[in-house]
Amino acid sequence: MDILKLANVSKIYGSVKALYEANMSVAGGEWLAIMGPSGSGKTTMMNIIGCMDRPTSGSVLLDGTDVSGLSAPELTHIRRDKIGLIFQQFHLISYLTAVENVMVAQYYHSMTDEGEALRALARVGLEDRAGHLPRQLSGGEQQRVCIARALINYPKLILADEPTGNLDETNEGIVIDIFRRLHGEGSSIIVVTHDPEVAEVTDRTVFLEHGRIAKTVSNR
Amino acid sequence: MTNRRMYFKMIASSILRRKSRVTVALLAVALGAAVLLGLSAISRDIPRQMGREFRNYGANMVFAPAGDNAKLEIRDANRAAAAIPADSLIGMTPYRYETARINMQGYDIVGVDFARARKTSPFWRVDGKYPEAENEILLGADIADFTQLAPGAEMSMTGRAGDGSRYRGDMKVSGIVRTGGVEDGFIFLRLDDLERLAGNPGTADIVELSVAAGTDELNALVSRIGGDASGITPKLVRRVTQSETTALSKLRSLILLVSAVVLALTMICVATTMMTVVMERRKEIGLKKALGADNGGISMEFIGEGVLLGAAGGALGSVLGYFMSEAVSVNVFGRSIAMPWYFPALAVLASVAVTAVACLPPVRRATQVEPALVLRGE
Ligand SMILES: Nc1ncnc2c1ncn2[C@@H]1O[C@H](COP(=O)(O)OP(=O)(O)OP(=O)(O)O)[C@@H](O)[C@H]1O
Ligand SMILES: [Mg+2]
Repeated sequence: MDILKLANVSKIYGSVKALYEANMSVAGGEWLAIMGPSGSGKTTMMNIIGCMDRPTSGSVLLDGTDVSGLSAPELTHIRRDKIGLIFQQFHLISYLTAVENVMVAQYYHSMTDEGEALRALARVGLEDRAGHLPRQLSGGEQQRVCIARALINYPKLILADEPTGNLDETNEGIVIDIFRRLHGEGSSIIVVTHDPEVAEVTDRTVFLEHGRIAKTVSNR
Repeated sequence: MTNRRMYFKMIASSILRRKSRVTVALLAVALGAAVLLGLSAISRDIPRQMGREFRNYGANMVFAPAGDNAKLEIRDANRAAAAIPADSLIGMTPYRYETARINMQGYDIVGVDFARARKTSPFWRVDGKYPEAENEILLGADIADFTQLAPGAEMSMTGRAGDGSRYRGDMKVSGIVRTGGVEDGFIFLRLDDLERLAGNPGTADIVELSVAAGTDELNALVSRIGGDASGITPKLVRRVTQSETTALSKLRSLILLVSAVVLALTMICVATTMMTVVMERRKEIGLKKALGADNGGISMEFIGEGVLLGAAGGALGSVLGYFMSEAVSVNVFGRSIAMPWYFPALAVLASVAVTAVACLPPVRRATQVEPALVLRGE
């Protein structure tokens, strides 16, 4: 069964067609890359898939639910249950430690559980940095905390908007390895990237141009 | 349970690990609380402090004879005065009025205990000295001007005693009294001397009392004492009590006005600080929403921070406010401030309420942040 199905999804800002008539399916357990030049609508698409924005028209089936017409509180509900988000700028809360940042996601989802948060940090190799504030961590380490946070509630779909955009090659490698492992464990992942090497390791790449899906290429 | 701990952890860390940001708001709350606490403590204490100061303006209560009686018994007055708390009764002075002749000229003479009169009428200005020895008299200034008598002058005074017989005394002027009021037209002598000359000891026309108490208390006293069939009728000296009340209420309105201004300034300062905090933290708010926080959750966090800020600022302000009011009280009234224990508690509660209210507009702003902005590189 498809974890995600976009049908004729458009997002129009005034005269700007940020996303136009997009049709796309993602199978459960699939790892998908989205590429395209700046301004082509990648982030717009991620916001709609991630239930942070609503399309102007079209339907979005997420795990069997049509989310295109839901209210903001309903979207919040779905988002916290089904989506794990990873950002280019990490977005860690500056005054909370690594483990507390992971626990924030538990807190808004259901219940905090420090043991589980620590295990999540261990999975990204940061068990010994749990008590550090974000400013005491390197960029790569911050991104790994962000990944641990995205995974903590077992999301149906992991969305990563340029997760390696702010990282050097070594850290990019570490992050890609983590994604590869998650994919191996059966997670569904959509990753936006400018880097063909990152796209290469995924199952499939979708190319956006001027808000339209220009082509889809299988990497297998 | 663990979620509640997480909540407190978040709001506490947000304040403790971002000290420089919240210091301004904290100081604003603390100063506001200090000024409010100080002012209300002083305002509450002022009648007590000023009560004694005001007594320099003279008697504020009199005992007159009951009913149609021409005279009252000093014994009755003493009994009635026992109803007044000893520490608020500053002084009590019986006055006895008679007429007498000096050099064929008629005068009003007043018998009084001068040691007592100096307490109930501390504003008398005396040239020479108060009568001390037998048959010494104090001349009102108008009489002294008219008769050209000066301290040291001697004369004989005649009058009619209570039993109808005539009396005669050789008197000596010890001083001249000047008040600008009716006293300037009287001749004062010691009550002992008047009783020895004119008889009827233990009687008076009027008794002046100086009571350190507010108008309400005075009114209560008057109705309590007046209720007894006691031989005297208590009255308030309206001219004095009224001007005291006016002075106090003016002082209090002033304090109220200053308090309102301080309160408004505190609120504005807290609201703008929180507004800045919200603007600075739009990304964080967006992130929390992206992670699944709803508007209620976001509001609770900012209000929680506000309440924590209010409590901390209020506690700090209470300490400052106590020392401030103590310093003012000691310097202005020369007396320590009396502050009930619940005043600082109220100050903390008020600070919490004020900060919570001041946080409402910023909180509204915070809930309007869109989660989508976290993916956009603003
Ligand atoms: N809130 C908005 N209002 C108006 N136009 C918008 C808004 N958000 C995005 N756009 C426009 O929509 C188009 C697509 O933007 P989007 O952010 O999706 O691009 P992107 O592919 O993520 O680009 P980049 O690689 O630079 O991140 C752009 O032309 C952008 O200017
Ligand atoms: Mg983008």
